[in-house]
Amino acid sequence: MLNYVLRRGFMALLVALTVSFATFSLFHFATDPAQTIAGEDAPQEMVDDIREQYGFDRPVLVQYGDWLGGVFDGDFGKSYFWKQPVVDLIQEHAGVTILLALSSLLVTILIALPLGISAALRPNSWVDRFALSTAVSAQAIPNFWLGLMVIILFAVTFPIFPVSGDATWKHYVLPSLVLGASSVPAVMRLTRTGLLDVLSSDYIRTARAKGFMGYRLILQQAMRNALLPIVSVLAVQLGNKLGGSVVTESVFSMNGLGRLAVESIFNSDIPTVQSLILIFVLTFVLLTLAADLINAWLDPRIRMG
Amino acid sequence: MMTIRQTLGDVSIASVETPPEYEGGSLGLTPTKAALKRARKHHGLKIGFGILLVMAVFALFAPWLAPHDPYMQNLSLRMLPPVWNEGGSWEYLLGTDHLGRDYLSRLIHGARISMAIGLGAASIGAVIGVTLGLLAGYFGGWIDQAVNFLVTCQLAVPSLLLIMALVFVIGQSVTVVIFVIGVTHWVFYLVVTRSATLRLRELDFVAAANAMGCSKFQIAVSEVLPNLTNQIMVIFTLEVAVAILNEATLSFLGLGIPSPLPSWGLMIAEGKTAMFFQPWLVILPGIALFILVIAINLLGDGVRDVTVTNRRN
Repeated sequence: MLNYVLRRGFMALLVALTVSFATFSLFHFATDPAQTIAGEDAPQEMVDDIREQYGFDRPVLVQYGDWLGGVFDGDFGKSYFWKQPVVDLIQEHAGVTILLALSSLLVTILIALPLGISAALRPNSWVDRFALSTAVSAQAIPNFWLGLMVIILFAVTFPIFPVSGDATWKHYVLPSLVLGASSVPAVMRLTRTGLLDVLSSDYIRTARAKGFMGYRLILQQAMRNALLPIVSVLAVQLGNKLGGSVVTESVFSMNGLGRLAVESIFNSDIPTVQSLILIFVLTFVLLTLAADLINAWLDPRIRMG
Repeated sequence: MMTIRQTLGDVSIASVETPPEYEGGSLGLTPTKAALKRARKHHGLKIGFGILLVMAVFALFAPWLAPHDPYMQNLSLRMLPPVWNEGGSWEYLLGTDHLGRDYLSRLIHGARISMAIGLGAASIGAVIGVTLGLLAGYFGGWIDQAVNFLVTCQLAVPSLLLIMALVFVIGQSVTVVIFVIGVTHWVFYLVVTRSATLRLRELDFVAAANAMGCSKFQIAVSEVLPNLTNQIMVIFTLEVAVAILNEATLSFLGLGIPSPLPSWGLMIAEGKTAMFFQPWLVILPGIALFILVIAINLLGDGVRDVTVTNRRN
């Protein structure tokens, strides 16, 4: 088990480093950071001065090592655009995104699991067909457009919730619904097929023969195994929501990490962009790692094998 | 270890790993004829295909079918409502935008952009993913491990953020958007091609080709690849839909198709400032996107149903 954890952890770290180095090089080869800091129409001498002062004339690998060394000390560099440490920026914005990601995950679970389970219990019934057509249509709706539609409906026509911002819990209701809806098709389909698979297995037939019925059969016997893939997909979806927050936060004007990422891309603020990508990637690999470990804990076959 | 299929969170193509089994009643028909026979009975496929056909005709013949020039500004006719609203006119069926351009004409021309991007990006992704999948599945070993590492990296990055960064760095144009969406959406092709290749390379006809002295490259291209067409076609349609939604999102955020091109995502972004008073500016392009994407998905699901019949149900 320890061996398994170490191997997976090492892999996760390697992935995070590769991706972050790739983004670092991309921006360093494609944009001129010295020019960005100096401003569009700064004189050439000033740009050269800055290039030397910040060390942009050194090889990319050296610069990356330098930055990464800082990261381990909790120093992500200084934003070129906002002129303050990236750590402060991230601390300011992280709360909104974490709250949004978690609440939208809750929305996903509350819609997708019941829908998927009831579809699997009665395959090819009207419930099943309703669930599948919901999934098909939800997949076709552009998420940002759904955001605008719920704003028009629930913030303007029926002014129940605020249009935009992130001040109170009321501000989170519509964004969570919209971001949560984006994961419903995937989670719902996986719940349905997973449970259908388990329900046709031998041990469930044995359980039925022994007299297990109804909710005890589903919840105590079947769901335990059907949960394995769902745990994985939920972890992945939670990671995706960090990326999805880019869109949702822009639509609802929330000051989270996603919107920060968009603005720093627009301002070619390299330190902020690369720090955010490193954080997003690390979160994603850690979440999938956690899901693997939970699965190993739930399922002895993975743990022992 | 977690499978990539779970990571992708979509099981709609799960069935491709098992070999197709043709239903009774289609005995004596070639697989293609049997598939076509099933296709004629598949409602979703027919509906999706029909809608797409109509939209494709509009996209292809947009300059002749659109009632007005989509770039023609007329500031005295700004923000006219659609014909069913008070103040609308038959001259401008779906009204006009903030610069007085005919909305219907812009929507029709927008179909061209969406379709070009969908087909272009999905093709680029297919070339990358299928090549890597054949390599990884057929050769295995360190090639397989390297490809697997590449997939893990690709999946770990929020793809929208990566696309935005790339577009920003390279510059905004239709070609760049197609290219960037293409090079970030190849994982599905790879996963399916790889697992199918793993299965196929154990079969007798590959051994026969090997015995006849075919090179590994020849076997991969002319023996294995033709057997993957069905699966690749299904993924291709689904990826077209994904690419179209990605382009719309990108254009909405201001890092996609540059103005004044009539991209549906961009039209929504332009209409957003006026959406509380002229909501149709935002609603109409969204509906167009929804219809196009759902038609493509229906077609994709239908093609899967009729070509790969062994579904778990």
